[in-house]
Amino acid sequence: MNAAHATTADHHDHDHKPGFFVRWFCSTNHKDIGTLYIIFSILAGIIGGWFSMMMRHELGDPGIQLAADGQQWNVWITAHGLIMVFFVVMPGLIGGFGNWFLPLMIGAPDMAFPRLNNISFWLLVPAFLLLLASYFMPGAPGSTGAGTSWVIYPPLSSDKGHPGMAVDMAIFSLHLAGASSILGSANFITTIFNMRAPGMTLHKMPLFVWSMLVTSFLLVLAVPVLGGAITMLLTDRNFGTAFFDPAKGGDPILFQHLFWFFGHPEVYIMILPAFGIVSHIVSTFSKKPVFGYLGMAYAMVAIGFVGFIVWAHHMYTTGIDVDTQAYFTAATLIIAVPTGVKIFSWIATMWGGSIEFKTPMLWAIGFIFLFTVGGVTGVVLANAGMDTSLHDTYYVVAHFHYVLSLGAVFALFAGFYYWIGKMSGRMYPEWAGCLHFWVTFIGVNLVFFPQHFLGLQGMPRRYVDYPAPIPPEHLQGPLVNPVEKIQWIMSQDYGMHLWNYVSTMGAYLSGFSVIIFICIVFYTLFFGRRAEANYWNAQPQTMTLEWTLSSPPPFHQFDIQPKVK
Amino acid sequence: MKKISFLFLQLFAFLAVTAGDALAFEPKPAGLNLQEAASPKMERLIEFHDMLLIITTAIVIFVFALLAWVIIRYNKAANPNPASFTHNVPIEIIWTVVPVVILVIIAIPSFNLLYYIDRTAEPDMTLRVTGNQWYWTYDYPDHGIEAYEARMITEDELDTYIPDKLGRRLLETYNPVVLPINQNIQILTTASDVIHSWTIPAFGTKKDSVPGRWNETWTRISEPGVYYGQCSEICGTDHAFMPISVYAVPEEEFVAWTECVKGEEADADYPGRACVQKFDFDKYRQTRKKDNKLAFLTGDEE
Repeated sequence: MNAAHATTADHHDHDHKPGFFVRWFCSTNHKDIGTLYIIFSILAGIIGGWFSMMMRHELGDPGIQLAADGQQWNVWITAHGLIMVFFVVMPGLIGGFGNWFLPLMIGAPDMAFPRLNNISFWLLVPAFLLLLASYFMPGAPGSTGAGTSWVIYPPLSSDKGHPGMAVDMAIFSLHLAGASSILGSANFITTIFNMRAPGMTLHKMPLFVWSMLVTSFLLVLAVPVLGGAITMLLTDRNFGTAFFDPAKGGDPILFQHLFWFFGHPEVYIMILPAFGIVSHIVSTFSKKPVFGYLGMAYAMVAIGFVGFIVWAHHMYTTGIDVDTQAYFTAATLIIAVPTGVKIFSWIATMWGGSIEFKTPMLWAIGFIFLFTVGGVTGVVLANAGMDTSLHDTYYVVAHFHYVLSLGAVFALFAGFYYWIGKMSGRMYPEWAGCLHFWVTFIGVNLVFFPQHFLGLQGMPRRYVDYPAPIPPEHLQGPLVNPVEKIQWIMSQDYGMHLWNYVSTMGAYLSGFSVIIFICIVFYTLFFGRRAEANYWNAQPQTMTLEWTLSSPPPFHQFDIQPKVK
Repeated sequence: MKKISFLFLQLFAFLAVTAGDALAFEPKPAGLNLQEAASPKMERLIEFHDMLLIITTAIVIFVFALLAWVIIRYNKAANPNPASFTHNVPIEIIWTVVPVVILVIIAIPSFNLLYYIDRTAEPDMTLRVTGNQWYWTYDYPDHGIEAYEARMITEDELDTYIPDKLGRRLLETYNPVVLPINQNIQILTTASDVIHSWTIPAFGTKKDSVPGRWNETWTRISEPGVYYGQCSEICGTDHAFMPISVYAVPEEEFVAWTECVKGEEADADYPGRACVQKFDFDKYRQTRKKDNKLAFLTGDEE
């Protein structure tokens, strides 16, 4: 990263970068903080991904292979979920790309509150350490770690289910991560409302900035509710309150309402910035302005609004009233309309274009297709009646990984390849980016598509083992003849082995794709060729302000404030 | 390599043939769709899901076709000069209104289904289910059967309790649930410690067992058989090992079983299982007939 240096000849270097420690540990520069967020996100992603590899390896065959017992498995899935949501996708999309490109796109010299920006990032580090440390603390009786799943429902997460302090540490971790998000969002909102270049009205703002605006409002409104819920849980656990304890007049379902009032907006928090990034990439590589700009912007506002009034569709089987279920079914189905507008507008942006299939565009098109698949399974799950069969099965796991693992994460990679030249001043090798895309695309589809079948067949989520006969010794594990193994599986009377096996093989491939990515990152940073200012050759009609700056941009940009016509 | 591709070709051919067939009341190795219906609730659920599957598949194919078309027609080589339009009001109205119409088409049967599967107005009997870490307890208030525990049969004891090696790993319980067919069964469920969820896929039934409240659902079993379910809300270390196993039998046999558990076998280790064995309810297990469609995959062809 120290290799980052302005390269354009006409740039007068009056950057006065501080020394290493002050620059990276006391940073108030939005680009440096964005870089820190991205590095953090990649590191956390490797750890969260490691948990998923262990999980898929465990489920490759029936029986218990890797986990010590069911509780250790529960700790893995909890860690995987919390890490991916709070420490990979959010820091990557919001903290990383948001910090880097929001000020650049609106022509601002920095964020509105640079020091607040610094603490937003540095709160995340102890939050992550607390979560990792909780793995080694006493949790459920006789074991370590919080095995509550990321939804931390009491009474399992109460002092009855998890008497040890692991859950307390996970709660503190979420407190800090939540404070980090709220402060960051306040910063984004202030920056957007006050620091746009002259002439850039709200209706001329780039769509990524729109997506960050909506996301920030969702965070400011939703995260405090999570904070309240987990604080109530904390006092239930430690100070004798009984908000969620039925024996003392509390109600465990209350926690679920509070959690999902946060949790549903949270999934849009993870996907809206992805929408913004994909819009820019599709437009740049089609050499056409975004189709239906206002519709795109207000579709995000609509999704954000409706996202707050659908939370109980996560709770159809908890015993809520049937009329309530009917309302939440109707409200949830409505989300498909603005989402459809976005999908069709992206395709209409490409329609009539002159499309170049560079790596970022591959990821963006992959995103559009896979998000559609995840979207239609969402329409299936929206129906409270249908959800009776599918709730808490692998169908749900497949659904939300299609929209998050194959949606939000695809957008993370799309944004990375799109902007790495701008951020580091160096280009990635195009062929390697394409290879990374195709290996990931095949891998993740192999992982998650068969999980639809498992869910329909009734395989519940969060299971360390599943009904199926144990295969003979010579057919156990991944390194056996797949033909013989599949023949054996098919000859059995019952079981969920086949699709679990296929899914696990896909996971190994996806794991390999991560290694490709890490190699690309290092090659690019040290040996990548220098990037020009406008290396994608963005046309005037698709231009956003970051392409008017050198790659990487000067330490302090926009000494002369740009004007937008 | 050739052999592998041949196998996959056959596999997909097989899946294509069987995808529409109802498979069984339990997960099958190549199962692609919902389990077969053993209750009118599940029949309606399957009907609704079939409709959804057609609609969603059509949408995915449509979007895929549009993407394929723009990739082929509007790539740099095929179309060097990009157009510059950014609006087309009629088409924007169409792609807003058409999804609304599709959603209404989905919503109407969805609401019908929801209200139908919610609860039964005229229950013939009641089964009370309590979730515990990590087993279920059942009682039959109408038949005077007091709460008994249903724990999972460990792998090494499957053949001791289930005849003909037909025991399903992780799905059988020492004391099973026995229910009559063709009766509206009200199911009331709660939990004693953490939240659990009582589920039988073939019945189309799933209801969370929440400490401090009774949740209600129902079922009506269409034919005799053995049906399985698994706890569907994370509840701790043995979440995966607290199955539900239901023997559904004709009414007179059910009545005989209720008398038996209260009477002569009340002192047995597992009264429920002892009475199941006494009346040989295992005769209702579906044994899979060797299916010709499968033969080429299992190598039994010749």
